[in-house]
Amino acid sequence: MRLFAILSALVALLFITALVVGPAGITPGTALRALIWGDAGPLSLVMREIRLPRAILAVLIGASLGMAGAAMQGYLRNPLADPGLIGVSGSAALGAVLAIQTGLAASFAFGLPIAALAGALFGVGLVLALAGPRGGSLTLILAGIAISALAGALTSLVLNLSPNPFAANEIVFWMMGSLSDRSMTHVWIALPLIAAGSLLLIRLPRALDALTLGEDAAAAMGINLTRLRLMVIFGTAAVVGAGVAVAGAIGFVGLVVPHLLRRYVGARPGQLLWASALGGAAMLLTADLAVRLILPARDLKLGVVTALVGAPLFLHLIYRTRREGL
Amino acid sequence: MTRLALQDFGVVLRGRSILQDVSLSVGPGELVGIIGPNGAGKTTLMRSALGLIPSSGSSSLAKLDAPARGRAAAWMPQAREIAWPVTVETLVALGRTPHLAGGARMTDADHRAVDAAIAQMDLTEMRARTATRLSGGEQARALIARALAQETPLLMADEPIAGLDPAHQIATMQIFAGLAAGGQSVIVSLHDLGLAARHCTRLIVIGAGSLRADGPPEEVLTPALIRDVFGITAHVQRTDQGLIFQPLAVLP
Repeated sequence: MRLFAILSALVALLFITALVVGPAGITPGTALRALIWGDAGPLSLVMREIRLPRAILAVLIGASLGMAGAAMQGYLRNPLADPGLIGVSGSAALGAVLAIQTGLAASFAFGLPIAALAGALFGVGLVLALAGPRGGSLTLILAGIAISALAGALTSLVLNLSPNPFAANEIVFWMMGSLSDRSMTHVWIALPLIAAGSLLLIRLPRALDALTLGEDAAAAMGINLTRLRLMVIFGTAAVVGAGVAVAGAIGFVGLVVPHLLRRYVGARPGQLLWASALGGAAMLLTADLAVRLILPARDLKLGVVTALVGAPLFLHLIYRTRREGL
Repeated sequence: MTRLALQDFGVVLRGRSILQDVSLSVGPGELVGIIGPNGAGKTTLMRSALGLIPSSGSSSLAKLDAPARGRAAAWMPQAREIAWPVTVETLVALGRTPHLAGGARMTDADHRAVDAAIAQMDLTEMRARTATRLSGGEQARALIARALAQETPLLMADEPIAGLDPAHQIATMQIFAGLAAGGQSVIVSLHDLGLAARHCTRLIVIGAGSLRADGPPEEVLTPALIRDVFGITAHVQRTDQGLIFQPLAVLP
C-alpha cells in the first residue's frame, strides 16, 4: 500500500507540474486558477485546450502501456514481453500511415485515429486467427511477431513508394510518437477504448497470479485459460490501439515499467498491474515534460525520449537481473 | 463417497489412442500410486481425468465446472514451474485461488490453511525466501505445500518425489499417507516402486495405454506383472516393516 501511495503522489505531482510548465511564463497559481475557474481569456484557453488534454493523454496512455505490459508479461510469464509483441502497435501504425498517405488524415479530423484503430483491430484479428483462442503462449508470440513484421514491412513499403516527400516526412514523425498539439477531441477518442480495455485487464490479477505455477496448474485451480487469453489480447489491443491512434508509437514504457516495479510488489503479477499503470503514467508524464523542457523549439518526439531513457535503463536492469537472478 | 470415478475412459490425441478402457474409482482414505514405464500414459491419465485434455467415456472430475473442480482436486503437474521470484508464502497462498471468489481477500481460514501447509512441508524457516532461489528439492516441497493449501478432498500429483533426497522422499510419502489416513484421497504417479510398495494403500499399473492391474501392493507386484510391464526382475518380500521391493535386473 505504501507503493500505491508513493506512485499516486508522484503521478499527481507530475500531472500538476505538466499543467503549470510551459513556454508562456505564467506563475503556477495563475495557471491553475485559470484552468479551474476560467477567465474567458487566452490563458484559460491555453490551459484547457492545450495543456490539460496533453497531460490527460500522458496519464491515460502511460497507464495503458504500463498495465498492458504487466498483463503481457504476466500472461506469457516472460519479463521481455511487451504490448507491441502481439502486433497491435505495428498494425495500428500501419493503419495510421495509410491514412496519412491516402490523404484521409488531412481531409477528415478523425481519419487518422480511426484508421489506426481499424489497423489495430485487423492486426488482432489476424493474430487470433493465426494463434487460435486456445493453445500455448508460444503460438501467440510467434503470431504476434509475424504480424508485427508484416505490418512493419508494409509500413516501409508505403514510405518507399510514397511520391510525396511531405507525407513521408509526416509519417516518419508520426511514427516517433508525440503528444504535442493534441486536443480534448483526442482524449474523447482514446478514453472509451482505454476505459474498456482497462476494465478487461484490471480483472486479471488472480488468473495471472495463478499462472505463476504454469498453465496446467492454473487450469486445475479453476482458471479458464481460453477466457484469460481473450481478455489479455482484447484488453491490450484496446488500450494500445487507442494510444497509438492518438499519440503514435511510444515504445519501451510497457517493457521497462513492469520490470522496474516488479521487485516492489514481491514479483506478484497481479499486483504489478496497477503498480505498472501508475508507473507508466509517471514515466510518460516525465518524458513529455522532458520533451517540452529540453528542446522546446525543435519538437523533440516523445517516443524518441522514452526509447532514449528506456533502453539504457533496460540495459541496467538486465545487468542487475544477471547479478541477482530476479 | 468416491473422489474420482472413471468409466470406460479413454484418450485419443492426434488420431492416436493414448489410453483406452480405463474404469476405476478412488474413495476416501486411499493413497493410490500410479506406476508404469515411461510413456505408458500415467500423466495423460491424470490430466485427462482432471479435464485438462479431451477424453472419451466419463470422469467425475472432468464433468465439474472449472472452479468446482479446483475445490474438488488439487493438481501438481510434473513440470515444477515457478515463473516469478515470489516468496514461498506467496507461492503456497496461490493454492487458495479456487476458494477465493471474485476479488475476495484471504480470510483467517485461508491464512490458517497456508500456515498449516507450510508447517506440514517443513518450510517455516523458508517462508519469506524467494521460491525461485531455493534448491530443486525445496521448490518441490513448496509446490506440494501449495497443493496442500488448496485443501481439496483429492490431491493428484505427477511424480511429486522425483528429484528429492531420500529423507524428503520418505517424508513426503509419509505426509501423503497421513493425509489419506485422515480421510483425504491422494493419487500420485511415481517411478520408485520401492516407495510405492511401501507407502501406497493401492497401486494402479498402466502399461501401453491400458489398465494392467489395480489393487493392494502385495497383490499387484507379482513377478509376472513386473516382468510383463516393466521388463525387470525384482526381489519382493513381506516384512514387519512393510512390503520391500528391490528391482534386480533388466530382462533381455
